[in-house]
Amino acid sequence: MTRADLIAVLPEALLALFALTALMWGAFGGKDRIARPLLYATAAMLALLALWIGSAGGGASTAFGGMFVNDAFARFAKVTILVAAAAVLVMGEDFLARRDLLRFEYPVLVALAVLGMMMMVSAGDLMALYMGLELQSLALYVIAAMRRDSLKSTEAGLKYFVLGALASGLLLYGASLTYGYAGTTTFAGILAAVRDSTLPLGLLFGLVFLVAGLAFKVSAVPFHMWTPDVYEGAPTPVTAFFATAPKVGAMALFARLLHDAFGPAGHDWGQIVAFLAVASMFLGAVAAIGQRDIKRLMAYSSIGHMGFALVGLAAGSATGVQAMLVYLAIYVTMNVGVFAFILSMERDGRHVTDIASLSLLARAEPTAALALLILLFSLAGVPPLVGFFAKYGVLVAAVQADMVWLALAGVIASVIGAFYYLRIVYLMYFGQEGEGLDGAMSWSQRALLVAAAAVMLVGVVNLFGIEGPAAAAAAALVR
Amino acid sequence: MVGLEHYLTVAAALFVIGIFGIFLNRKNVIVILMSIELVLLAVNINLVAFSAHLGDLVGQVFTMFILTVAAAEAAIGLAILVCFFRNRGSIDVEDVNVMKG
Repeated sequence: MTRADLIAVLPEALLALFALTALMWGAFGGKDRIARPLLYATAAMLALLALWIGSAGGGASTAFGGMFVNDAFARFAKVTILVAAAAVLVMGEDFLARRDLLRFEYPVLVALAVLGMMMMVSAGDLMALYMGLELQSLALYVIAAMRRDSLKSTEAGLKYFVLGALASGLLLYGASLTYGYAGTTTFAGILAAVRDSTLPLGLLFGLVFLVAGLAFKVSAVPFHMWTPDVYEGAPTPVTAFFATAPKVGAMALFARLLHDAFGPAGHDWGQIVAFLAVASMFLGAVAAIGQRDIKRLMAYSSIGHMGFALVGLAAGSATGVQAMLVYLAIYVTMNVGVFAFILSMERDGRHVTDIASLSLLARAEPTAALALLILLFSLAGVPPLVGFFAKYGVLVAAVQADMVWLALAGVIASVIGAFYYLRIVYLMYFGQEGEGLDGAMSWSQRALLVAAAAVMLVGVVNLFGIEGPAAAAAAALVR
Repeated sequence: MVGLEHYLTVAAALFVIGIFGIFLNRKNVIVILMSIELVLLAVNINLVAFSAHLGDLVGQVFTMFILTVAAAEAAIGLAILVCFFRNRGSIDVEDVNVMKG
């Protein structure tokens, strides 16, 4: 362990130290009285780390014998994860406080999950990959079941745990076969073994199991069954967290593994990823149509969006990875905005999530309805909003990689998917008289909702220049 | 002579039994937890067998990590199961059905 190694992992080490100190302080000090300051402190810590990592330039460096990679790709993914997690923490505070759920464990577990994601996107070795993934997953299982007295929340936690553990098992089996047939667990070593010849059968099996395990984590069809139940059952701030930061972490890890370790075998995994992408896009579009609960609907929406992000990965090129990263950043922004609104949905002091309650929202809350309209149009990919450019980027990458059929499937799926977003907009503006919402939004929810909508409008100029860093990130990954 | 392929066969068999245990079991969530352990142990056998075969210690280090994480995972799984039992009064797999997925 040298000085250089420690400097490379300094942001992660500080976050770990922060989480452990906060845990001790909470357990032996203030208990739940400190939950509110701790939540804001955690959000501030995450935002500061994002600022630090984002402003730190420089090339790629590895630490601990190649186990930890700090390159432009990892930095892009980390900044997205940290900003999303900080935003979700702040906007959930009011919701948690009013339902007596604001416990000090929540910010600590979120910090630990974020730490796991940061380790994931920086993994340079199958062991580092596994440890990061488990640190993330174990924290997420617990916060899914955070509402201990609620049957739905504990059931969501149980389902997430069982299927998540199964996914870890599949991934590990793949890792063990890869280790056996490549003779090493480092990505660089696997890359050398793959480059030598055509993929040996053992490595191909290992690759398939690894991809299946990661597909669970990004909730790609056919490994998506847990998503709607977990999204519906978990407390809404937790659902908002699930829909943002972990998706970025898992997709970035997916790209890291496929390009860094199995890059020369692109024609082998390209087909698998393309299948996952098409299945996810279509299931996300079709299954969401019949949903009556907005959290379930957002679950299917996230399955569909992960399908689009996988299109960029299936292209197997630097352009594809760049488009995927831009897509993820835009997807996270849209979801933060939509969930900021969902958190405020309330009638007679109780949280409601049925879509029918949005009827004629435009009369009661014109600003919120307009912001939500912009976000939903953007999620549907209606031009000229930013969401359209996200989809356009991944589809162009697919066409450039001679996968025209994949791009066509994406266009068809996005047209089908537009239906359910537009149905919500129709309800908000032309719905029937019924029991509406009567809750008020907290300042943070309103600010994030309006800010996300504004980003969708203003971003069309140049996407806030994220294409440059995304291109640099993709260039660091695809060599 | 017991060779690498024998270990791999046993590990593959355990892995398949574990996966089937998760999906075919209609009785009890505890059985699912046991099946998950079976899957992880199959992976450990694989890793140790490869490690011995390759004469490389990394596989055994990996096994140590997996054993540790599996213990933490089982603790969290049982904790969630206890919370679920308090709310539902049962741990039958058929009763994990408030939300239809």
